[in-house]
Amino acid sequence: METPAIVVEDLTIGWGDFILMRNVNFEIPAGDTFVILGGSGCGKSSLLYHLIGLQPPKAGRIHIEGVGIPDIMQAHRPGYGVMFQSGALFGSMTLLENVSLPLRKWTDLPLPAIRAVAEARLELVALGGFENHLPAEISGGMKKRAAIARALALEPSLLFLDEPSAGLDPVSAVELDDLLLTLNESLGVTIVLVTHELESIFKIGKRCVMLDKEAQGIIARGDPRELRDTSTDPTVRRFFNREPRAN
Amino acid sequence: MNPTDPSRAITIVADAGGAELRVSGRVTLAAGREFWRLLQAHLEDPHRDYRVDLTEVETLDGACAAMLLELKSEVVGAGGSVEFSGASPDVGRLLGVYTPRDEVAPKPPPQRAGIFHQLGTATVQAFTRVGDVFAFIGDFCVSLGHAIRSPRSVNWADVGHLMERAGADGVPIVVLINFLVGVILAYLAAGEFAKYGADIFVANLVGIGMARELGPLMTAIIVCGRSGAAFAAELGTMKVSEEIDALRTLGQDPVRFLVLPRMLALILMVPILTLLGDIVGCVGGLLIAMGELDLTSTAYLNQLQGAVGLWDVGGGLIKSVVFAIAITAISCQRGLATRGGAAGVGSSTTSAVVTILFALVALDTVFSILFAALGI
Repeated sequence: METPAIVVEDLTIGWGDFILMRNVNFEIPAGDTFVILGGSGCGKSSLLYHLIGLQPPKAGRIHIEGVGIPDIMQAHRPGYGVMFQSGALFGSMTLLENVSLPLRKWTDLPLPAIRAVAEARLELVALGGFENHLPAEISGGMKKRAAIARALALEPSLLFLDEPSAGLDPVSAVELDDLLLTLNESLGVTIVLVTHELESIFKIGKRCVMLDKEAQGIIARGDPRELRDTSTDPTVRRFFNREPRAN
Repeated sequence: MNPTDPSRAITIVADAGGAELRVSGRVTLAAGREFWRLLQAHLEDPHRDYRVDLTEVETLDGACAAMLLELKSEVVGAGGSVEFSGASPDVGRLLGVYTPRDEVAPKPPPQRAGIFHQLGTATVQAFTRVGDVFAFIGDFCVSLGHAIRSPRSVNWADVGHLMERAGADGVPIVVLINFLVGVILAYLAAGEFAKYGADIFVANLVGIGMARELGPLMTAIIVCGRSGAAFAAELGTMKVSEEIDALRTLGQDPVRFLVLPRMLALILMVPILTLLGDIVGCVGGLLIAMGELDLTSTAYLNQLQGAVGLWDVGGGLIKSVVFAIAITAISCQRGLATRGGAAGVGSSTTSAVVTILFALVALDTVFSILFAALGI
């Protein structure tokens, strides 16, 4: 049986006496496109930050491809890439330098090979010809694509994305969704994304978990299209049908 | 995956003529350096026509596909050709994904400017910045006029908090630095004055030196490092995160809303810090006079009282007000002129601190000349 890409066991997230979510359990199979969704403030981004090891859990364990998160952070280069909501490109570096940075840090490739790989990553996200542009010189959608190119630099098998289509026009958003599908279907990259853009969820999400602030954890899981059509949970129905809360 | 496993290592075998290449093994980023070296060695003549057999490639990842396609493009660019054959469906799909499509004309890489170009640019920028500061002072005067006519439009709520940050929070470092400056001055004077039996005049040097020059200047330098840098960074960050634009759309004048409270806070606090600095500097001198020159505290304080006049202290305080205006004007102007992202904020902060330090010394020189001309 293939090792799941991510296993989350009894995860509790909180700070001090405050508990955001408790005893959360789920698995993400390798090769999946997995969506973490829920209303504002339910802890989607916090969960993502725990999955990528930037915040320690209050309790519980997270395993990525069979290895515990603290071990991954302490040992070698992470086998996953991360795209932050703003793109988080380094403003003083060109796109090529941004994408080359992890290759220079973690590989022993000679500079011409690093350049070739970085150019190919930018080409993959349709940014060929923009290698020498600074982040300030490109649009928001291009920044997000460049951030994906940087996240892909080290050939990760797992890609985390925080609100990838937030703030993008519909065309750019759909192009980004297509790109994520290509990465998943052609390159076999497991994709974990946090979003509440319904169109993206239905287009690329094979599986999802829905978080809820009041329940302090997961209130629904499964295929997002099935949840939309069959769930009887009022919170889930409100979310997928864009209905306001009852007063 | 173990790239050193001989059964999986990358090999490239060429036929006798060198035009038929057979790649085998696990071709992944972990062994990317070796793959790049082997490829370069076998595709050394870019004018030839090569056939690359990929039948025995166990795995190919994106990074190595990119390298393969890069060297193919070099060969094709030089007039040769590279033809791939025998690729498995996975390898073929990967090569397809990474094959370059039509692209926009690339922007040339940034050129490093020559020394004369840099010198010329820096000179023009220096004059432009001086002009910007004066233009900003003009804007500030206009905003001040509006603020006087409509005091409710000023963000008074921030003034107290800014006074605390710029004034009260800076007391420990101002006290420490000025105390040490007083000690240094006293040591300097003690050695020389003792030779002429003029020990008591240590009080004159320390008192007048602190009140007229070093108290205001050292305090202003500390305020520049603490508050000037903070103002530039804070306003710069607000500029790059569009908060300044948001203020404008809300009908708020950024100068009146952000700069005026800072200016008021520094105008009120820098003279107080300067006075405090003058006093602790004299205390530092007193300790050295008592310890090194065996002067009594009464003798030192009597001499200090006679030597330091009202204009010595007053002149220093007038300077401190002007220094406060210069620190706020330059730091806020630099902050509001920030462009770009994090690098722009860093650049503005550095520029603000350097310009303020230069302005403080230049203003101090002007004051020295002016006071001398007025006989103060």
